[in-house]
Order: sequence, then C-alpha cells, then structure tokens
Amino acid sequence: MKQFDYIRASANSDVTRTPDATIIAGGTNLLDLMKLEVMTPDKLVDISRLDLKQITPTRDGGLRIGALVTNSDLAADMTVREDYAALSSALLAGASGQLRNKATTGGNLLQRTRCYYFYDTDQPCNKREPGSGCGAMEGANRLHAILGVTDKCIASHPSDMAVAMQMLGAEIEIEGTDGASRTVPLSEFYLIPTDPAVETVLQSGELITAVTLPAPAEGNQTYRKVRDRASYAFAMASVAARIEVSEGKITQAAIACGGIGSMPWRDPAVEEALVGQEPSATLFSKAADILVADAAPKDGNAFKVPLARRTLIATLKELTGVQQ
Amino acid sequence: MRTTLTVNGKDHSLDADPRTSLLDALRNHLNLTGTKKGCDHGQCGACTVMINGRRINSCLSLACMHDGDEITTIEGLGDEHNLSDMQQNFVKHDGFQCGYCTPGQICSATAMLEEFKAGWPSNVSGSLTASPELTDAEISERMSGNICRCAAYPNIVDAIRETAEEKS
Repeated sequence: MKQFDYIRASANSDVTRTPDATIIAGGTNLLDLMKLEVMTPDKLVDISRLDLKQITPTRDGGLRIGALVTNSDLAADMTVREDYAALSSALLAGASGQLRNKATTGGNLLQRTRCYYFYDTDQPCNKREPGSGCGAMEGANRLHAILGVTDKCIASHPSDMAVAMQMLGAEIEIEGTDGASRTVPLSEFYLIPTDPAVETVLQSGELITAVTLPAPAEGNQTYRKVRDRASYAFAMASVAARIEVSEGKITQAAIACGGIGSMPWRDPAVEEALVGQEPSATLFSKAADILVADAAPKDGNAFKVPLARRTLIATLKELTGVQQ
Repeated sequence: MRTTLTVNGKDHSLDADPRTSLLDALRNHLNLTGTKKGCDHGQCGACTVMINGRRINSCLSLACMHDGDEITTIEGLGDEHNLSDMQQNFVKHDGFQCGYCTPGQICSATAMLEEFKAGWPSNVSGSLTASPELTDAEISERMSGNICRCAAYPNIVDAIRETAEEKS
C-alpha cells in the first residue's frame, strides 16, 4: 500500500474543505483496492465518526437514510423490512455478515467494479488508467455488462443495494464544498462510461450525507438475484421490482436490474410496456425483449441476455401470481 | 500515528504507520496472534474480530480508525482453561481440521448468534419480518463470510447449532 496522510473528520466541513482527500467510511472496498495499489490516494479523510448514522422518517412519509448507516443496520431496520422489502432483500443478498457490518450506505453506492482488468495493475484499463485500453473487451468478460457499455469500458456495477434503491426512486443528498446541499435522483447519479474513470456526478470535495426514499408505494416488491453460488457472490443478473395490479391490470411498475449494466439499470420503456396491461407470460416476455433490445454482449457474457430475460420474467410472475 | 485500542477489555497504546490494518496491529504490534491472516482481502473471514460487539474483517480495517473502540478477539472469548460455549462445542463436534480458520469461525459465529437473537433476517429467511428459526440453512447463509479450506462445514454447523440451543 502507498503511504497516505490520515485525517479524521469531526465535522462534514472537514471533508468538504479537503477536496483533494479520498473519503474512507467502512473501507471494505477502498482498502482492498489500496492494498492492490489500484487506488493510491495521497490523503484519506475518515468520515466514520460523523453523525450520519440515523434512519429517520421524512416529512412526506418517506425515509432518510444517513450515509453512514451500515448495510446490516439498514437491512435489519423494521421500517425497511416492512415498507421497502426489496431494499432489505437486496442488502441481505450482498456480501457477507462481516462486510455488511462495516459497509455503509454511501460507500455501497460508490463501490467500484470487480472487473478483473480494473483490479490487475499489469493490465490495460480505461477506468484505472484512462487511455490505456480495455483488457475485458476481447478478454475474460463473463462478469461484465451488456447494457450501458461503451467501446471504452464494459465493467458492470457490482451493487445489489443500489439496484433496489434505483427501483424505489431514491435520491442522494450531497453536501458541497460551499457547505450547501444538493439533491440528485439516483437515476441521474451514475454516468455511462464515455470517460470510464468518472463514474458519478459527484465532484471532488462533495460528501454524500444521506439517501432518501419516497413514501412507500402500493403493490408487491421483491429482489431476485442470480449468481454462481448461493451466498457471498456478485450478481450475474438481478431484478428489483414492484408491481401493483388492480382490477386485473398492472397499474404501477418499477423495475431495476443489476449485474447486467454499467450502472444499476432502470429502463422506463420496460415499465411502460407493462402498465395498463393484463399480467401474462406473453406480456412479460415482451417486456423482457425490451429490456435487452439494446444489449451489446461479448463472447463471455452473452449468456446474460437470456439470463436477464428469464430473471425478469420469473420476478414478474412471482409478483403477479402468473403461473405460465 | 498514536492510537488507543481497547482489546479484550484492556487498553493498548500503539504508534503505527496509518497503513497498519487492524489485523496487523493485533498480530504484529500487540502480539495477539489468535486472529489469523488468510486472504487479507476480506474474502475468507479468518481475521474476523468483533468491534463494539459486531463482527468485521480486521484485514479490511485500519487500526487508526478504531481509536477507542472495544475490540474482542478470540483471546477475549476464552482460554485453554476456560473455553467459551462456542469454543467448547467446536472441540466437541470437531469443527475444524487444520484449525487456521477456526478463531475467525468462532468469533464470527459468536457475534452471528447475537445478530440472530436481535431478529435480523437473512437471505434465506422465509419472511423479512417474522422471527426466523435457526435452521442449518440459516447457519450456513449467515456464516458464508467464513471459508474453511478443510471443509469442516457440517461439524461447524453442528457446533453452532448446539451453542444456540444451549443459549435458548
């Protein structure tokens, strides 16, 4: 690991006034990357003692989740378990008990891809070293994204939590270098990898202070994850979905997918295809076609096209009770 | 960087490079070598300790970030003359072969039972809101962050199940 200066923040302004520092909270991803020298910050600002650990109701009936709420505390929160079940399930489907006890809400949103070429400093990677090329394009790309990719990067976003939050319509509260706060919808937080090193709209010196969820919505919701082993593995494909059916017709649909995109993937066209229609296997198949219409698979991850289709269809059947 | 770590109830003052992981601080600075270094990347669980009662991977944590925190290692759970219930049951059920992952398994399992007691659901719980039963599937899922290369898993599950039954 390269040497760094360590600063312990005692106020948010210690972070926002140190724009050249890299933020560390749980550290479960950053320290891993620092050991491999994939990330080599000169300065670390430790935010783990900041007062950002509360889960509180919002005025409009939603939930405000402090950026330092751990993944395990969030998954175990009774309001989340009752009203935002897909989020609790997504968190419990990710990582291990030890990691969830350390990993934070803000850190989970900002975790980096597990692309092998990003992790291996002997390999080209446009995300780690802009302009060096992409080893995954013609290399081992089984983990990689089929949606939202560019000719520079096909890395997939690894988070389960963020997929559920994308489906729930979460917003990110960000404190800036001037001390003022801004709110960014999660749907506008991540960037398509035209410059793969820039993954989000977050600027230097900005601090994620909370994630807010809108008031609980009607319908059934769930998180379904498909992976190589039953526990402690990243998604090959996952779906967070909420479907409301009234008088035989789908009245609301919210769907986001993990494991297949450069970011937690939400395609409004998939939802629009469902709303107003009677739930059926044929309808779900059509929605799944829309989901993968723009897929750009490589040799190693071509299986994700049918896998994403099937995962979506199975999730929709589960939520609506459609048998065949 | 000067840091005070409270380990197994005793304060230790430490002056180490900020890069020092909590794992290396315990093993190399405080000579508490019960906590093991396996992968050093948070994947195997051999380094599991408890911080303020919660299990974590000590390899993925900087010692300087835990100034003033209460840390419990395998040495704090029991010793050869006075084993904890979990330690006793690992011996009884032969929950190991080489033993390298065992301190991490025992720390993890001890804290896991507290999580279970607090009503935390898991990925295999039938309901997110009802209190789950500690089935073998629940134990396996909740312990998936601890790898045993000797594959003593069935006996590890037996040891954990018996400890949980004794406590309830």
